[in-house]
Amino acid sequence: MLRDITIGQYYAVESRIHRLDPRVKLMGTLIYIISLFIAKGIVGYVVAGLFLGVIIRISKVPLRYMMRGLKSIIFILLLSVSFNIFLTEGTVLVQIGFLHITKEGLILAAWMAVRLVFLILGSTVMTLTTTPNNLTDGLEKGLGFLKKIHVPVHEMSMMMSIALRFIPILIEETDKIMKAQMARGADFETGTIIQKVKAMVPLLVPLFVSAFRRASDLAMAMEARCYHGGEGRTKMKPLCYRKQDLAAYSILVLYLVSVVVLRFI
Amino acid sequence: MNLIKVAKLIFEYTKYGEEGEVVGTSRAIDNVSFDIQKGSFVAVLGHNGSGKSTLAKHLNAILLPTEGTVWIGEDDTKNMDALWDIRQRAGMVFQNPDNQIIANVVEEDVAFGPENIGVPTRDIWTRVDESLKAVGMTAYRKKSPNKLSGGQKQRVAIAGVMAMKPDCIILDEPTAMLDPHGRQDVIRTIHELNRQEGITIILITHYMEEVIDADRVIVMDEGKIKMDGTPKEIFSQVEQLKKYRLDVPQVTELAYELKKEGIPLDDGILTIEELVNGLCQ
Repeated sequence: MLRDITIGQYYAVESRIHRLDPRVKLMGTLIYIISLFIAKGIVGYVVAGLFLGVIIRISKVPLRYMMRGLKSIIFILLLSVSFNIFLTEGTVLVQIGFLHITKEGLILAAWMAVRLVFLILGSTVMTLTTTPNNLTDGLEKGLGFLKKIHVPVHEMSMMMSIALRFIPILIEETDKIMKAQMARGADFETGTIIQKVKAMVPLLVPLFVSAFRRASDLAMAMEARCYHGGEGRTKMKPLCYRKQDLAAYSILVLYLVSVVVLRFI
Repeated sequence: MNLIKVAKLIFEYTKYGEEGEVVGTSRAIDNVSFDIQKGSFVAVLGHNGSGKSTLAKHLNAILLPTEGTVWIGEDDTKNMDALWDIRQRAGMVFQNPDNQIIANVVEEDVAFGPENIGVPTRDIWTRVDESLKAVGMTAYRKKSPNKLSGGQKQRVAIAGVMAMKPDCIILDEPTAMLDPHGRQDVIRTIHELNRQEGITIILITHYMEEVIDADRVIVMDEGKIKMDGTPKEIFSQVEQLKKYRLDVPQVTELAYELKKEGIPLDDGILTIEELVNGLCQ
């Protein structure tokens, strides 16, 4: 039951987008989000939409799969759209009690919705085309400049990759503990929410104890294999930019420039 | 040539009461001295709490002696400047296969050690190739460790140590959590490494069957070395082994009982063939 959880939402196909350096994809997502806030008017959003459409096409991830990412934000989307519709001052079109719908409100709400949908789709492209490991590597190298101001970038990425390694192990362990307790009559399924939460306590205690034991074992094993932080460490698979990554960067810059230009003409 | 030299090693740890106050000290290792020769296969036997794991952790400076000295080659383990050098030369494999694999892909885990000691990228690849081949896990190099069996995970862990080009490998009950099949695989692998690559092996275990093929057996009890010799010498003293709460291999036990009943047999019979030959004479 718990086994079905997947970490990240990587969609495994071979595509040009999948092969890009993770740093390019992280930077690309950032640029795309910025561009959405710069863009103005129909032309601007058509450009942003087209750009996204082409990227999704190249990534070979089915659009249906992309749309799933939108489900999670549907509530926020509706909320912000309705706030915009009802609370914007301007030419009143319809009046229902104290609520009024204005022309400006409708326009604003439409832009808001488009912007949010693009934003989510844009970042979904990144998570769908990059494995969690790659993403961690990309973050470590991409944010490497933060080391200068004493941000523990290497340690953070090491923690992320260890967490990724241990999530399935701990899930399996939870499963085992649950079964062991169910065999002795524990009930996790019925009762009120409070009863269900209470039933989780005897599950969490042994899980935590075992997680700590594992952590201490792992720390010892890492030390035994000469781990001493990121200093002087080499990599088996170092990230390095290739031609297509540089090309992708130029396309991104070109896109950002055109969005900025479109805004001011 | 001596690779490891342990002289008058004492290790004490502090016991704490419920309130965190010091209750007293407990001696896990009590005045232990021995040498280990390069290229040998040494098994350390002992019941739970005999101090054998504590001893293992001294051999690559995870624990430091309370008194006495441990030398790995020329280096004293207390010398902090030589710490990474010692840990590279004396690799360690632990009991729980899950808790010692760090990366999410087999080959990346094998690369973890060399990465830490700063081996250039191209050399890491050759080392990973060689080590995976040495333990027979090349076919699984792109797999996730979660998809492997216990024995396979343990072989990956051994490959991870091999990739650091160690002089010796210390295995702290590597088979305790494995099924019989995985246990055989691991033991076969370390014997191969010992014979073909000349790696010194120190195997800590409480399975008697794993000890038979060793060059030398050290028996520990209550933090002291009680017996030290070849497997034949050790297993001919069945009475004494039982005193240290250790069993002897089934064949040895049978030969011992037969001899007690008056059948003329040699002491320290370790294999079925030996027993058959002895009985047919």
